[in-house]
Amino acid sequence: MTPRLTIATAARVLRQLRRDRRTIALLLMLPLLLLTLLWWMFIDTTGPSGEPIFDPLGARLMGLFPMLLMFVITSVTTLRERTSGTMERLMASPTGKADVVLGYALAFGIVASVQALVLVGFTVGVLDLDIQGATWALALIIVLDGLLGTALGLAASSLATTEFQAVQMMPAVILPQLLLSGLFLARNQMPRVLEVFSDVLPLSYAIDAINHLLVGDTGEIWPQVAVLTGFIVGALALGVATLRRRTP
Amino acid sequence: MVKSPGHAAVQVVNLTVDRGGSTVLDSLSLEIPRGELVGLLGPSGSGKSTLIRSIVGSQVIKSGTVAVLGTHDYGPTTRGRIGYVTQAPSVYADLTVRENLRYFAALVGADREAAEAIIATVGLTEQASTTVTMLSGGQASRVSLGAALVGDPELLVLDEPTVGLDPVLRGELWTLFRELAKAGTTLLVSSHVMDEATRCDRLLFMRNGAILADGTLREITTLTGTDDAEAAFLALAAGPGES
Repeated sequence: MTPRLTIATAARVLRQLRRDRRTIALLLMLPLLLLTLLWWMFIDTTGPSGEPIFDPLGARLMGLFPMLLMFVITSVTTLRERTSGTMERLMASPTGKADVVLGYALAFGIVASVQALVLVGFTVGVLDLDIQGATWALALIIVLDGLLGTALGLAASSLATTEFQAVQMMPAVILPQLLLSGLFLARNQMPRVLEVFSDVLPLSYAIDAINHLLVGDTGEIWPQVAVLTGFIVGALALGVATLRRRTP
Repeated sequence: MVKSPGHAAVQVVNLTVDRGGSTVLDSLSLEIPRGELVGLLGPSGSGKSTLIRSIVGSQVIKSGTVAVLGTHDYGPTTRGRIGYVTQAPSVYADLTVRENLRYFAALVGADREAAEAIIATVGLTEQASTTVTMLSGGQASRVSLGAALVGDPELLVLDEPTVGLDPVLRGELWTLFRELAKAGTTLLVSSHVMDEATRCDRLLFMRNGAILADGTLREITTLTGTDDAEAAFLALAAGPGES
């Protein structure tokens, strides 16, 4: 890997994205609209002891939107790189496999971070989401969710050979994580097999971290942050490992 | 025992390639001398693109060896000395001509001036700030050619670069290839148009994954007792084992 080539690739990806105003608008606005919808839905409803429902639900669901959107954007963009022949050109050039994957990760990582920060700012500032833990810690977890979506998208796109397959990678990779993350049922109440399975899914750790923040245990999130970071690095490494200079 | 790569620009020894379950190239051997403009001529489906992909290091090879510029090692240094133009234009359609060439220049360590010089070489100065989607097919393929020219590769491999171009443009491209060869670049240019044989220093005739003939146009026409490349190709294709 050569930093110069990685940065040149990241700059090129961002330049391409800049041309696509509609995608930028969707990336930044869509999570805000969805969270607003959730907030509106529960505006008149409270929990058994009169506590607002939006606060815990919004905090837990928030990270899902950047993760989903970044996954789709990343996997479709890298697939397009392969079908347009530019990937074959890059792989025939001196560019390293890591330069391509990390260039993409860097560019989309910046986008994911901006998206997550805008989302947290809006939800806390405008929708008045209230959690016991620190807001910066919430922002950190949401940013990691976006980065995770990017890294998983890069890894998954190597398995897809058509646009149809790439789009279906999203439900295949993300939805099981959503179901088993503890969002619908606390993980320790699931059948043992599913609980163990949820232990190896990254989104579970994001939800665990949010649960710590909901009760004010900001200091407890670091193991989850470490695991999420590990998953991000692992997915990127997988993305590099599955890229081939020579194809059949 | 691997044969020494020697001084040839390209040396292919007993190359066998399978694609999609069938053998596309079967124990093929050839050598391309340095500094020459070599035409790889053959019909569609003869294995030209597979041979080209093998030479630039993009093809999974079943057996045999390929050496380029005196080495079997397709490391970053070697890859930086090869320019490769794929059959379909492979550049970023949503970027401008200049943005594309600056990116490909950056990848081979060339500067922005080099990118500007290439834009002039491929005759796209007026379109430099236009996105590739807005260009004609011929202009887009020249961007793709430019992307391979940045960094002054020693070996330039082009897969059907003149297909679908108007005759004037095609003439201009062959003039450019000739200039590059004069400056010392080795060029391998594939085509299914037999008329383009007269533009080349040497020819490789290819059919059904095998090399039918390897030599100058004069050598090949003399050998077959014919007047032009087309007739020579037909004569060679008709007589098995004549290569």
